[in-house]
Amino acid sequence: MKMNGIMPLTTLDRAAKKMVGAVQEYALLSGRALGNLFRRPLYGADIITQADTIGVGSIPIVILTGFFTGGVLALQTSASLSQFGAAGMTGQLVSFSMIKELGPVLTSLMVSGRNASGMASELGSMMVTEQIDAMRALGTDPLKKLVMPRIVATIIMLFFLTIISDVVGISGGGAVAVLMLGQDSSQYFHTAYQALRYADLIQGLVKPIFFGFIIATIGCYYGMSTRGGTQGVGRSTTQAVVAASVFIIATDFIISRFMIGIFGR
Amino acid sequence: MSQSAVAPELQERPPRDPVVVFEHVSIGFEGKQVLQDISFSVRHGETRILLGPAGVGKSVLLKLADGLLRPDEGRIFVFGEEISAMQEKDLYPLRRRIGIVFQESALFDSLTVKDNVAYRLKEERVPEEEIQQRVTEALRFVELEHTLDKFPSELSGGMRRRVAIARAIVSRPDLLLYDSPTGGLDPITSTTIIELVVKQRDVYHTTSLLVTHRLQDAFLLASHRFNKEANQMEPLPEGHSDEQTSFMILNEGRLVFDGSTHDLVHSDDPFLKRYLS
Repeated sequence: MKMNGIMPLTTLDRAAKKMVGAVQEYALLSGRALGNLFRRPLYGADIITQADTIGVGSIPIVILTGFFTGGVLALQTSASLSQFGAAGMTGQLVSFSMIKELGPVLTSLMVSGRNASGMASELGSMMVTEQIDAMRALGTDPLKKLVMPRIVATIIMLFFLTIISDVVGISGGGAVAVLMLGQDSSQYFHTAYQALRYADLIQGLVKPIFFGFIIATIGCYYGMSTRGGTQGVGRSTTQAVVAASVFIIATDFIISRFMIGIFGR
Repeated sequence: MSQSAVAPELQERPPRDPVVVFEHVSIGFEGKQVLQDISFSVRHGETRILLGPAGVGKSVLLKLADGLLRPDEGRIFVFGEEISAMQEKDLYPLRRRIGIVFQESALFDSLTVKDNVAYRLKEERVPEEEIQQRVTEALRFVELEHTLDKFPSELSGGMRRRVAIARAIVSRPDLLLYDSPTGGLDPITSTTIIELVVKQRDVYHTTSLLVTHRLQDAFLLASHRFNKEANQMEPLPEGHSDEQTSFMILNEGRLVFDGSTHDLVHSDDPFLKRYLS
């Protein structure tokens, strides 16, 4: 009977140790990969290959997501604003929402779904087939050759993908406002532009830097810690997307609060 | 093929210095002890065969020798350096002197055979012309020079194992580690792989540590030599075995035998008798 009381505590203790160990491993992986940033060899070709896969390959989904998000924002907000006779403010609301929140967050979630999973499955497969060990045995640091290029490429490309998403989203909102709601196009784009301040742009462009880091490091961490064959690869892939998405949304809240504290808007 | 293609570079150390030394090494995973108090050494030019039933930690021992795993206790020296105390980043230059053939080949599946074999040379920024020449020579050594542009998935298991050997020897390593190079292969392909190991041993005298659970492969290796003129493996005279080849046997995490072929076959140890029968 005594054992029954001890068992849950032991399990809890083991789970807590496992969690702390995972956080430590994640921090070490991220730190070492970043520490390798300026150490030779620089693996420029690998960074460009990853930038092409992560960035260029994600353009279609980012454009589609951005366009329809901007469109639905215009549709929903204009209905509410018109009740107060402020339908002309649609452009301002769409641009605010896209640049400060929806552009960075939705783009990151899309890229996370596409690339965090890709990284986890690719590195996970390499892990379970001993290719990572083979790389180490051949004198190459996998954190430098595989992880660092993915982090750099994701941060850079997510920054530009967010700009594309913002522009396409505002344009999508404009298309809906003008073509479906009959609003004046110059008024829409004028209010969208005039209402913006540098603080809003900074807030919208700082986020993808953090989100890009989260996507790449989480994807790589789950990939590099894969165990248990093909089933393990599948598990890592799912966990990477879930963890990256939750982290992105939680970090978005923290950054927004911090930025509002600094810029007052 | 020119000897320079796959022969180890001459080192300045005395030739009889041990290349690998294990001193009271132990390691365990998730509370289960895998290796306990393992001590042995591999001298320059020697080929040591590590035998043992499946799952006793033979591959773990080989990974320890390459610094891919760290022991819980004990010390490991390779080329006179204590790798068990070195940081990962300091191990990379040392590993460039070691060639390893993994159990399942561990070829990079997104690279062609040529790029797999050339991988280390490219990392070392060797000129393209030299890479081409050395890759072709290494693939010719394993008789696979016609597979340059194929991907690993397009090769049979035996061919993949031979490409893995070519990748291991292309950088002219001073030490070769073979992890069950014949595991999962048919007898004829296994003999082809063992012939390559014998060729590397007798023609280039590379220090080697070979892990296997297949007795027939181990004794084939000990009882044959490579005839350079005939370019094939041939048996040694009756009752003779290769002097540079010796055995270690691992059982339940402990080294239960360390000695010559003669000592092994004449041992009175009940476990060894049962194992060899």
